[in-house]
Amino acid sequence: MSDETAMLREPWVDFSRQREAGKFGIWVFLASETLFFGALMLTYSVCRIEHPAAFAAAGRETNIWYGTINTAVLLTSSLTIAVAAQGAESYARLRRLVIACLVVTALLGLAFIVIKGFEYKEDMDKHLVPGAGFALPERAAQLFFGFYWLVTSVHAIHLSIGIALVGRLVWVLLRRELPVTENPEIEVTALYWHLVDIVWIFLYPLIYLPGRSS
Amino acid sequence: MTDSLLAGELPLPPRPDYLRHGSTVWSWLSTTDHKRIAILYAVTITIFFFLGGAAITAVRLELFQPNGWLMTSDSYNKLFSFHGIIMVWFFLVPSIPNTLGNFLLPLMIGAPDVAFPRLNLFSWYLTIAAGAFTVYALVAGGVDTGWTFYTPYSSMFSNTHVFAAAAGVFVVGFASIATGVNFIATTHMLRAPGMTWFRLPLFVWAIYATSLIMVLATPVLAISLLLVIAERVFGLPIFDPARGGDPILFQHLFWFYSHPAVYIMVLPAMGVVSEIIPCFARRRIFGYDFMVYAMLAIAGIGFFVWGHHMFVSGQSPLASLVFSFLSFIIAVPSAIKVFNWTASLYRGQISFESPMLYALGFVGLFTTGGLSGLFLASIPVDVHVTDTYFVVAHFHYIMVGGSVSAFFAGMHFWWPKVTGRRYPESWAKFAAILMYAGFNMTFLPQFFAGYLGMPRRYHTYPAEFQIYNVMSSAGAAVLAIAYLLPLFYLTWSLFYGGKAGRNPFGATGLEWTTSSPPPPKNFDWQPRIDRAPYDYHAEGMSAGTDPPEMQNAKETQ
Amino acid sequence: MNSLFSLPEASTHAVTVDHIFYLLLALSGATVVLVFGLILLFAVRYRRGSKAKRGPMPEFLGREFEIGWTLATLLTFAFLFWWASSADLSSLAAPPHALEIHVVSKQWMWKTQHANGAREINALHVPLHEPVHLLMSSQDVIHSFYAPAFRVKQDVVPGRDTDIWFEASKTGTFPLLCAEYCGTNHSAMRGEIVVMQPEDYAKWLTRQPEGDDLAHEGAKLFVSQGCSGCHATSSNVHAPRLAGLYGRAVQLADGRTVTADDAYLRDSILQPKRDVVAGFEPIMPSFKGLLDDGEIQSLTAYIRSLGEEPPND
Repeated sequence: MSDETAMLREPWVDFSRQREAGKFGIWVFLASETLFFGALMLTYSVCRIEHPAAFAAAGRETNIWYGTINTAVLLTSSLTIAVAAQGAESYARLRRLVIACLVVTALLGLAFIVIKGFEYKEDMDKHLVPGAGFALPERAAQLFFGFYWLVTSVHAIHLSIGIALVGRLVWVLLRRELPVTENPEIEVTALYWHLVDIVWIFLYPLIYLPGRSS
Repeated sequence: MTDSLLAGELPLPPRPDYLRHGSTVWSWLSTTDHKRIAILYAVTITIFFFLGGAAITAVRLELFQPNGWLMTSDSYNKLFSFHGIIMVWFFLVPSIPNTLGNFLLPLMIGAPDVAFPRLNLFSWYLTIAAGAFTVYALVAGGVDTGWTFYTPYSSMFSNTHVFAAAAGVFVVGFASIATGVNFIATTHMLRAPGMTWFRLPLFVWAIYATSLIMVLATPVLAISLLLVIAERVFGLPIFDPARGGDPILFQHLFWFYSHPAVYIMVLPAMGVVSEIIPCFARRRIFGYDFMVYAMLAIAGIGFFVWGHHMFVSGQSPLASLVFSFLSFIIAVPSAIKVFNWTASLYRGQISFESPMLYALGFVGLFTTGGLSGLFLASIPVDVHVTDTYFVVAHFHYIMVGGSVSAFFAGMHFWWPKVTGRRYPESWAKFAAILMYAGFNMTFLPQFFAGYLGMPRRYHTYPAEFQIYNVMSSAGAAVLAIAYLLPLFYLTWSLFYGGKAGRNPFGATGLEWTTSSPPPPKNFDWQPRIDRAPYDYHAEGMSAGTDPPEMQNAKETQ
Repeated sequence: MNSLFSLPEASTHAVTVDHIFYLLLALSGATVVLVFGLILLFAVRYRRGSKAKRGPMPEFLGREFEIGWTLATLLTFAFLFWWASSADLSSLAAPPHALEIHVVSKQWMWKTQHANGAREINALHVPLHEPVHLLMSSQDVIHSFYAPAFRVKQDVVPGRDTDIWFEASKTGTFPLLCAEYCGTNHSAMRGEIVVMQPEDYAKWLTRQPEGDDLAHEGAKLFVSQGCSGCHATSSNVHAPRLAGLYGRAVQLADGRTVTADDAYLRDSILQPKRDVVAGFEPIMPSFKGLLDDGEIQSLTAYIRSLGEEPPND
């Protein structure tokens, strides 16, 4: 198959083995990423257990609308990239669908970041940046917002990397440098994208729901 | 009869080896050949090793006198911090995995390269970038937090270049993760036909276990440093007690990485020694499967003992008890390994070439260091000696006496394979013995000083400890010579050393079946494996019972 | 003070620690002799070309043997753990009527304050054969209170109180060191602990400059910081009364019950909204940044002096 030889890389002799290795490698990397975000969430948990009232007060200051809309945007992007990955799996005639789904995924990712930007703007206007002039009286509320800024920006960096990867994929697929069918890079990128998505699913309740249940 | 044996007897087609396969600087800087990347790493970490060594030379010189005769306290603090940061993250962590591991892992499993060659090169560039940050921190004025970056000192009080140093360590962490992912995927996906998991050489197992730790522990280090950076640069309050933050939380995050990191440093060393001892004792390694399980146990339990660094931090007594218990437990697999190495000598045909001397040195120093670890696992004794020179001596015995000795052992063992040259054996033996003596002269006195109550990181110290510090500094001078010697005779051997055969030590293992230096794709044929590793025979010296690799060796010598 | 090879055992705890230390030393020494001895023996006997008998491994050196020595090691270590930990557990809590001394650490000095208000810098006088309970806090970074002769060490952490206790068993002067790296002059953050006969200690205390004792200082702060505006008996504000509070169980607004100890009082002063007493409004402002650690200790001492109920048990 000419498609396979185009995608075969050193040191592999067998394309299916190469695909398998690519998938395996990204899973190992995702395990590493889990620990990365896990450490951040542990930090959050420790601080929240030490200062439950301040965290509830701070959680009420976040704008749940931005958070909820962004959750919907990101979940939709996971759907589109999943469709792209499945489409590339075996059906050669789905090339246009695959590329279209990848484009939509990248656009949804960008939309997430733009919405996040509006949210950041509002937070700054409300003086929710830790340091002098912080809006809330509870000192430990600064902890919450310290975590908020850090974890959302780390997440945004991950998402930007994801957008760049998807953008590059679209580019090489459109220029027909690589075939669509059975292209391992699509699935590897999709796995990474799903991780970024899942991290957000954990972050949403940690950031937007404290103090809102009662 | 294996294919490799058949192929080994055929005349090889003329082709350049990996060193002569392209000779421009660019061909090196853009290489994806794991062997060349190993060389790039070797050069890099050698530079870092001597940078870190220079820093500690000044420190030991200063400690000759108790009153701070040579430099200010600030300079002293910056020097030991620089020594620690460089040695841990830019020498010890990448030392064996990224040089010997990179070079040997594909060779040992019969693969043409690692699974992701470009990622491999990328991780070297990350190391270089990270090293640039860290060296910049030194040149710009230094960092004085110690390698542990404890908060709130590092996050709020230090006025030095914490940001650059922490950023350097943060970035080198990603190099570590990339390497780990690569090695794990390589071991899973690229083993040659017949190379089952329990036919893997122990070195491969060691690198595999190390990679697991790298992948799972390093991200937590990244977060802990990221939090310090965020607090310094953006004023986030995570570790600021005045705003409800918790400085102890940093210690938990930091040691969750940094204790397993000790095993990142020592597991590969165990792997190296497990290759060398059977070769020079001409015996199978004793209890191969126990050795494998022991390494996996160390890698696993290693994640759950971090709290023994914090017995005096004010953590709950119950937590201390649990961590103390697990710390005793993790000593069991280490003890198994020491017993098995010793038992592997039994009824052997032992010869004492320089790699063997280094390896036996490792066993001795690792045993001593490991036993001193029992003192630190016992809470009442640890409370007395933690943060003293007792701890300094303990971890140097493991990380320098152990890992660095093993690194030199491996360098000497595989040097002929890597370079195709032989080094002057008598010089190598001399350096090995000198290193063992110098090491003990340097660090044995520190156990005494520590038990008597000399805290670590002391610029000036009570005069009664002077005798121990003088002994230690004198030993350090001997050790420095022992470390410099190989630099000279190994470099010399590159130009004037005799040609090494394919298998100068008569060792088993796939890496010895290919030429020295190996061709770019490692093997001229597809290796197949039909037996367990370490197929040595002390008794029958006849060629008929020797494994094929040894027969090849005899023919080419 | 120290001779070259021995450290004085100047506390009751030191003897226990040294017992464990020497047992470990003996055990490690035996292991070292065994391992090095075997390596040397094999190295000589089985050197290449020697006439020693080779052949396959003897039968008994098999799997069972390996499992055997693994279990033996495991049991030895489990015993060591049990022994060391039981010694640790028995020394965890300070005896109830120990002499309480407050310690505040800062870059780069130790400040100590006795119950009667006498203050010292980089020095600590304690009586012989009497348990001494140190309540410690830090004003800046983490320090560590280390008295090698007593075999005690405890980190002193900003933002929380830590404590440590010992009972001196020898008179004399012993070094006090900072063991946690704390910046430029870490190695100069040293002092001395002077152990005196109890009657000498009493005399020494009376000779010290007229410091108000902690409780009196606290009483002054209680007025000057405005605490009395709400908490005094005569006040009109609905605030908890403090007499007899110390050591009592307190019912909180969210249903929990806590004991009014040092840590609780400290939290209530610094983070009053955290543990609100049942039946009161959370109106008290935080005093974080207004009071330093020494002043909080004084206030705590004052509240305690208002009457302490004996512990329930």
